Amino acid sequence: MDILRFITAGSVDDGKSTLIGRLLYDSKSIMIDQLEAIGRQTRNRQDGDIDLALLTDGLRAEREQGITIDVAYKYFSTPKRKFIIADAPGHIQYTRNMVTGASNADLVIILIDARHGVIEQTRRHAIIASLLRIPHVVVAVNKMDMAGYSQDVFNNILIDFAALAASLELKNINYIPISALDGDNIVERSVNIDWYDGDPLLSILENIEVQEDIDLNHARFPVQYVIRPQTEELHDYRGYAGKLVSGIYRVGDAVTILPSGQQSRISAIETGGREVQEAFAPQSIILHLEDDIDVGRGDLIVPSGDLPRLDQELDVFLCWMGTKPLTEGNKYLLQINSRTVKTVVRDIRFRLDVNTLEQQASPGTVQLNDIVRATIRTAAPIAFDDYASLRASGGAILIDETSNVTVGACMIQSQE
Amino acid sequence: MSQYRLDHLEQLESEAIHILREVAGQFERPALLFSGGKDSITLVHLALKAFRPGKFPFPLVHIDTGHNFQEALDFRDALAARIGEKLIVRQVADTIRVHQLTEPKGKFASRNALQTFTLLDTISEFRFDACIGGARRDEEKARAKERIFSVRDEFGQWDPKLQRPELWSTYNGKIHKGENVRAFPISNWTELDIWNYIRRENIELPSIYFAHEREVLEHEGQLVAVSEFIQLEETDRVSIKKVRYRTVGDMTCTAAVESEAASVDEIINEIIATKTSERGETRIDDKVSEAAMEDRKKGGYF
Repeated sequence: MDILRFITAGSVDDGKSTLIGRLLYDSKSIMIDQLEAIGRQTRNRQDGDIDLALLTDGLRAEREQGITIDVAYKYFSTPKRKFIIADAPGHIQYTRNMVTGASNADLVIILIDARHGVIEQTRRHAIIASLLRIPHVVVAVNKMDMAGYSQDVFNNILIDFAALAASLELKNINYIPISALDGDNIVERSVNIDWYDGDPLLSILENIEVQEDIDLNHARFPVQYVIRPQTEELHDYRGYAGKLVSGIYRVGDAVTILPSGQQSRISAIETGGREVQEAFAPQSIILHLEDDIDVGRGDLIVPSGDLPRLDQELDVFLCWMGTKPLTEGNKYLLQINSRTVKTVVRDIRFRLDVNTLEQQASPGTVQLNDIVRATIRTAAPIAFDDYASLRASGGAILIDETSNVTVGACMIQSQE
Repeated sequence: MSQYRLDHLEQLESEAIHILREVAGQFERPALLFSGGKDSITLVHLALKAFRPGKFPFPLVHIDTGHNFQEALDFRDALAARIGEKLIVRQVADTIRVHQLTEPKGKFASRNALQTFTLLDTISEFRFDACIGGARRDEEKARAKERIFSVRDEFGQWDPKLQRPELWSTYNGKIHKGENVRAFPISNWTELDIWNYIRRENIELPSIYFAHEREVLEHEGQLVAVSEFIQLEETDRVSIKKVRYRTVGDMTCTAAVESEAASVDEIINEIIATKTSERGETRIDDKVSEAAMEDRKKGGYF
């Protein structure tokens, strides 16, 4: 049994909450008392049947306004897999929420209303999925019951989306016709959609291979914390605690510590109190080095034969998440894994229209939910990879030093 | 390539250890809030994996309402002694006296809400800047929306609308003086994950988690232990039943479930078969209003 983390992209109108409610309900993850609570609210609204969408509503503020203001995490499991759903709202004013949910997702379900086809919102969701490099996409064409279960309707949407996906380099796409409200093609194959010969949604989610999305070729180990017991019997013990975010390390590997550039070899690896000969991502481990050198939190330990980039100038796609606007020359803290450095945002070259992919040159000030291409200059060199090739060491956040709030998400782009 | 694959419990464990080490790396004076329940016992187990052979970079802190199960308190003291880590206990009764708070009244008078006062006092007494807690997102819908690093103001208040975006596994622990962060390493675990992990790792638990005979009062379908902390009336139906606890909180606000499960295996089988959620079955305080947890969290609760 492993874990699949996915995000659902769509709005209430597309039946997103109903779909999530249906997955939870049909996988028997909803308990009687939770259903009773929803039954009470449904009666208050005088809607009749239990409203599956209510299963995903969280806070009172949202219930009163009938909206979702934030990312909510939901859990269910089948004998094959544990699922973590990031439920983010789909409207443009919540782009930052979707970016947040997408950052950890193995898969995105893009919901399309069969009656409306590929619309502006679909493009936006596909663009965000592409920017955040979500490895797998499921296009769920919902409300097939309201489109006469028509194969033509489904095929036309498929053709439209495939064209969009090609322009965005989206990969690993599955298409599925569903009715979340009635449960068609959710857990069981639909009798109403007999022309569809693929698996129902839950089987797709259970069987998509996500292991290969973890990069095992490039070892990256950000040091989080140094363990030094300083007791009599462990006088010389010095262990570097952290998570191997990608790759494999073996005892004896030659490594370089960045940004200092010092070199050493791995003398021992511990995990869970045991010594092991090798470790792999995403294990949390303790590394020991042969040489007594100065290594601390914020350093990145990499294989000497496979160095990342080390630079003070980053070319990034930046999703702005702050309520105060960004202007060129603003200074922030940049945090990438365990390292934090001062930075200045320079040269905001264009704003990406997330509905059309159009590049709007010289956008001036950058507002909440804007996505721009910019250059970031750091006060000291940092080690990183291109986000597209190594998600685990190519994403960084910007923090406003005066408010301490996280105001930006950076996807580091390759040098052209 | 199957040798380089983590199963779901190993992934959750690695994520939790990573979060614990981020707390250790980013904060000056963290603490681990220890209740004696299975979730915080699991946290201690994870902290051993994260920091041994070193000492914990934080003390264990227990806010004692005075209404706890004796079994849980004994277990707490024995665990802290066995692992040789510092345990700080602060009493709600002392807070009530010092600040002249009003004791709640009624049949199941609960000091649950008053814990917040003691917690905030303890945070300022030791100037804690981060408190690690065992809350899980599957427990309750306000928790489903809380960040892994959740910033609280100097009154401990949570503002669900002003939460920081949390991307990848990058946690922003920057705070102003007087604020603190609540960190939740097992956010992504479900009740069943906890039990499966307890089974795999052979984690010891207080005896009240396993079926035992106890004098209980039946109240609106829930079984509440008879103790000096609740008021019995003549019409109350008291009987001896074989029960276990699914969660361990105060004796006044935690209900038992009828059970024959004497081992972790049997408990897991019962949980798989159950039709009621953990909090719904065992927490008397959550039923008060639809938004009970949301309100308490906004007010500084764990």
